[in-house]
Parts: sequence; C-alpha cells; structure tokens
Amino acid sequence: MSEAYFPVGPGLGLEESFLSLDDILMSQEKLPGRAETRLPRLGFALGQGTGAGDAITEGSKLEFPLWLAKGLHDSKRRIISVQLPNIYKEAWRTVLSADASVVDLHKMGPYYYGFGSQLLNFDNPENPEIAQAILQTFISRFRRIMDSSQNAYNEDTSALVARLDELERALFQAGQKELNDFQSWEKGQASQITASNLVQNYGKRKFTEVDG
Amino acid sequence: MAGERAVGLVRELHRTIGGSLPPFRTEELRQALEEMRALYEQNQADVSEAKSGRTDLIFLIRFRHCCLLRNQRCILAYLYDRLLRIRALRWEYGSVLPNAIQFHMSAEEVEWFNRYKKSLAAYMKSVGGEEGLDLTQDIKPPKSLYIEVRCLRDYGEFEIDDGTTILLKKNSQHFLPRWKCEQLIRQGVLEHILS
Repeated sequence: MSEAYFPVGPGLGLEESFLSLDDILMSQEKLPGRAETRLPRLGFALGQGTGAGDAITEGSKLEFPLWLAKGLHDSKRRIISVQLPNIYKEAWRTVLSADASVVDLHKMGPYYYGFGSQLLNFDNPENPEIAQAILQTFISRFRRIMDSSQNAYNEDTSALVARLDELERALFQAGQKELNDFQSWEKGQASQITASNLVQNYGKRKFTEVDG
Repeated sequence: MAGERAVGLVRELHRTIGGSLPPFRTEELRQALEEMRALYEQNQADVSEAKSGRTDLIFLIRFRHCCLLRNQRCILAYLYDRLLRIRALRWEYGSVLPNAIQFHMSAEEVEWFNRYKKSLAAYMKSVGGEEGLDLTQDIKPPKSLYIEVRCLRDYGEFEIDDGTTILLKKNSQHFLPRWKCEQLIRQGVLEHILS
C-alpha cells in the first residue's frame, strides 16, 4: 500500500462523505420502492416503458439507486416511497441476532453498514430496530475479524475476507497492515529504507517496456 | 440509468489499489460533462414551461436535477482522488516523475504537480533556519550516517560530497552517506542492505 496516499474515507452515521469514492459506490446500490403519484415522462429513465414519453403510473413498483431515492424523497412523501431491502427486514434481523458471524454480508449487498445507516434517513417506523440490528451485527462479528486479521501472517486470506462487507474488509486490511509492520519491526527491518509499492509497480512496468 | 459514465470513472479509480495512478480518462469525462450539459438544457426548457402552468413537469425537473448533482459529485470525487494520488507521488518518488507516470496525467494535473512541488519547496525552505529542511528525507528514523547499498540496475556515475564519483553498475555494493542515497533507494535504483 502506498504510504503517502490518504483517500477520503466514507462518512459515519447519517451523513455521507461527499468526495469519498466508497460512499459514491455505496449510494449506487439499489433500493425497492413505489411511485406515490403519476410521474410523466420518467418511464424511460427509471427503467419502465420503452418510449421517452412514457409516464409511470401511481402505485407502480420501482427500483432506484440510493442517491436518487434520497434526492426524490420528501418528508411529505409526495413523489416516491421507499421500502426496505430484505437484509434489513424483520426476517433477516432475527437471523442476524441469532448468529451474525455465519451470514455472508458481502453477498447481501457489499455495503451493509453504510447502506443501512443511510436508510435511517427515510422515515420508517422500524428505524430504531434497524439501527439496533446493524449495531449488534457489527459487535458480534468484530471479534472474529480482529482476531483473524491479527493472526494471519503471510497467508492467503481470501477465505477469511470472502464473507465480509466493505467496512469490515477495510478493518481487516488495517489489521493486516499493522501485523506486517510489527513483524518487520521485530525482524529489525523497521529502519530499512524501501521503495514503496507504488514505485515497485511502476518499475516492473518500465522493465517490460524496455525489454519488449 | 443516468450518471453511469461518471460512476464508471469512480469505479475504475476505486479498483486501482495501492494508490497508483491509472490513465486519465479524457473521453469518458468529456461524455459525462456532455450528459450534464444536455440535462441542464432540457431542464432550462422545462422550467419555463412549468412556470407557465404545467406543474406535473416538476418531478421530471427534479429528477434531472438529481442526476446533475450526482454527475457533479462523481466527477469532483474522481478528479480530487487523482490529485491525492499525484500528491503521494511527490512524497514517495521525488520531484521528477518518470515518463511512464506522466503519460497517465492530464495537462492540468501536470501543472498542479509543478505548483505543488513549488509550494512544498517554498515551505521547506522557510522551516528550519537558513538552508531549510528537506521534509521528504528520513521518512524512517535513521540509525546511522552511512549505509550499505546494492545497485539494482545500471544507473551510471554518481558524485558524492567529497568529489569522488562512483560508478553504479548492476549488483555492485557501496558504502555511502545516507542522505545521498535515500532518493535513489526510494526510486528503486539502489537497495538498502542491513548488516
């Protein structure tokens, strides 16, 4: 990892971080909902109807990305209403409270925590339960992530990382980096000046240009 | 779906791990800006229509506005993240970038890099007394004044402070002052050997 590159991190809680690449990709994830009123000429844009002049009838089911849902959502709920994706509903919440470590959070939408926090922006009577579920899931999974990231030295970690969502993967990487730094300090390599990975990658490419 | 091109730029950048700089996507950026311009013009037309009575167009206008904001956000984040990567290059590689990297930068980014270099140099000169302080040196705390290095590829002649020149050939080992070699080690020309 490059040591001098500090990307903008994702936002915490209800606010997204505007320039964060993670938050942009997270808000691209889709959300089910329905139209509360007749929407003229939006048929093509929202994936229904083939002509540019098609309207979306009131009450029809739609699916839109989070950024659009946040933009069109209005507290008086005139335009659209959103529904919860399955992973945040009652059924899955019970599964997660039973044993959260076995759930594949990467498959259920790779941004479980981030997306879930954003969902709390819409008025939904289940919000307190959703918030609790997200928190409890994190608490029960955290121990295993910390443990595995701190003890897998020089191994193939793909099996450990496969079921983690993006936030957990970032934590795992932080743990791995810390482990590698500590090991290199123990071996006395901490004072060794090295070319950063950045440079090594460019160096490799340059060699192929010269030889080829 | 609107905004796909802009998100595509963000996705590609996010996929490039390790903080390295992928090529600048001029064509995709131009298309995304073109999309924004088209949305804006459509909205301008519809706003004047809506003002004269057709209130059901408000949703369409609002939708286009959301798309415009989305495109703006993606493009800004793309450009900003690239600048962060270019800034990292100054600290990790040095003030002269190899051509391979420069190919990946747009003209404006090269300009930004030069100005950042100047800014950093001015700051370093103002700190630490008369000669200034080179902050890009000694990133890791030094243990000794002279270090043992091995040459990884042919570099040519290298002059050290007391005037002697050393020929850096591949696999030759030398015992050199730390401050002279640090730059070359970071660029991958030399390798620091620990005894």
